[in-house]
Amino acid sequence: MKTHYLTALLFIFLISGIYSPLKADEDKPGGHEAKEFNASEFILDHIADSHEWHILTTKEGKSVAIYLPVILYSKEKGLSVFSSKKLSHGHVHNGYRLEEEGDLKGRIVNVDETGRADEAGFPLDLSVTKAVAAMFFSALIGLWLFLSLSRSYKKTGVSHPRGMQSFLEPIILFVRDEIAIPNIGHHKYERFMPYLLSVFFFILINNIMGLIPFPPPFGANVTGNIAVTMTLALFTFVIIQFNGNRTYWRHIFATPGVPLWLLPIMIPVEIIGIIAKPFALMVRLFANITAGHIIVLSLVALVFIFKSVAVSPVSILFVLFMNSLELLVAFLQSYVFTLLSALFISLAVQEHH
Amino acid sequence: MLLSNSLITPEVGTVFWTTLIFLIFFLVLRKFGWKPILSMIKQREEMIKGSLESAEQARKEMLKLQSDNEAIIRKARDEREDILREAREIRDKLIAEARGKANEEAEKLVEKAKTSIGKEKTKALSEIREHIANLSVEIASRLLGEELKRTGAQEKLIDDYLEEVKITGN
Repeated sequence: MKTHYLTALLFIFLISGIYSPLKADEDKPGGHEAKEFNASEFILDHIADSHEWHILTTKEGKSVAIYLPVILYSKEKGLSVFSSKKLSHGHVHNGYRLEEEGDLKGRIVNVDETGRADEAGFPLDLSVTKAVAAMFFSALIGLWLFLSLSRSYKKTGVSHPRGMQSFLEPIILFVRDEIAIPNIGHHKYERFMPYLLSVFFFILINNIMGLIPFPPPFGANVTGNIAVTMTLALFTFVIIQFNGNRTYWRHIFATPGVPLWLLPIMIPVEIIGIIAKPFALMVRLFANITAGHIIVLSLVALVFIFKSVAVSPVSILFVLFMNSLELLVAFLQSYVFTLLSALFISLAVQEHH
Repeated sequence: MLLSNSLITPEVGTVFWTTLIFLIFFLVLRKFGWKPILSMIKQREEMIKGSLESAEQARKEMLKLQSDNEAIIRKARDEREDILREAREIRDKLIAEARGKANEEAEKLVEKAKTSIGKEKTKALSEIREHIANLSVEIASRLLGEELKRTGAQEKLIDDYLEEVKITGN
């Protein structure tokens, strides 16, 4: 177990070594204190993805952040990998600039010699952003958790659950007995168990990691990132299409009991139905987690809005309450995502009756 | 609202990394995580089910054994009774037989003794008679002062007297 902690620490140091984190910016202009506190900007900055992992801004206006790797590809300049520190505060590096204001805030654009943004083409941005880094850590934690669980099962053999088993096994059994078997049925559920468990715990770990405010890799908004939820929903989508049986496809392209002349209407409707299912998954998870983060951040922002420490007890109490609720939501949303995935899969694999 | 616009616009890079990370997460766990865990859980469930069933069966068997045992014990007790009764009968028979034999033996002995006593008695009586005869002759000769000649007539006389004595003496 110790070695795992060591690898995690090593990884953090590796990142810090390459991307020079926790270094105060010297060139930040002072006088930030005078700036009016903007609650919506504060909240959205926390929720949105970014190329650096902002930790804090000192009194002198210096920002302390972990600078994440930027990976860009464009036809003219090819692949370029560098630290996002080189793009901080509007610096141009290798003809790229990270926009800080306006429509394209947070995006990396091509700029010409005069410093004008080239609106026509964006580079392909494969940067390891805050969400990606946090997700990476969540995945590592999940892998560590379940690989060691699997090893402990191998070691103890068939015995009563002990240690971590007694904590994780009920959740695994819950996914199996309450989600997979009731929806997909006894005969076919086993094939989908690895996916359902993976997606359940992936979302759950990311949700919980996002609720812990500090330090990195906690506190990122991973499952409240539309790209992440979209990808997960696409996985479910792909699994549904690959496992759809004859009955499933016949219902889409030749719905039984529907007159032939209605098919030109029915087929598009069915296709919309196919797309709507993962779309619902995507939006539900995104909206719930983002909403939770927004509420918690708004309650924290109350202190700054009122500019008074006296508000903090109220704020703390409400945040505590919201965090408890969000912990429930973290479980609930991973449950709902998995449940609906299982339901959609079952619709695609069920036999005609 | 441009900020919120970026919130709901999926970034290609994030999609790429999510796909990669989740795929690795899924594939690694499918092979090394979920399969062993689920199979072990299933094995355990089957074992528990099997154990419960065999326990139930064992319980039934034990009940059966118990009733069997009781039957055996009952039978053994009956047998013991029989054997004891038989033994008692044999004993009684043996004792009775032994007693009969002993009685017979004793009677025989007594009989034998009686006959031999009778014989001895007759012999003794005849000896005594002879003796008495001699004595009487002697006494008579003394009394008469002369020696009587032992003749057949005198002896016959004495014998007759003695016969009379015997008869009256009896």
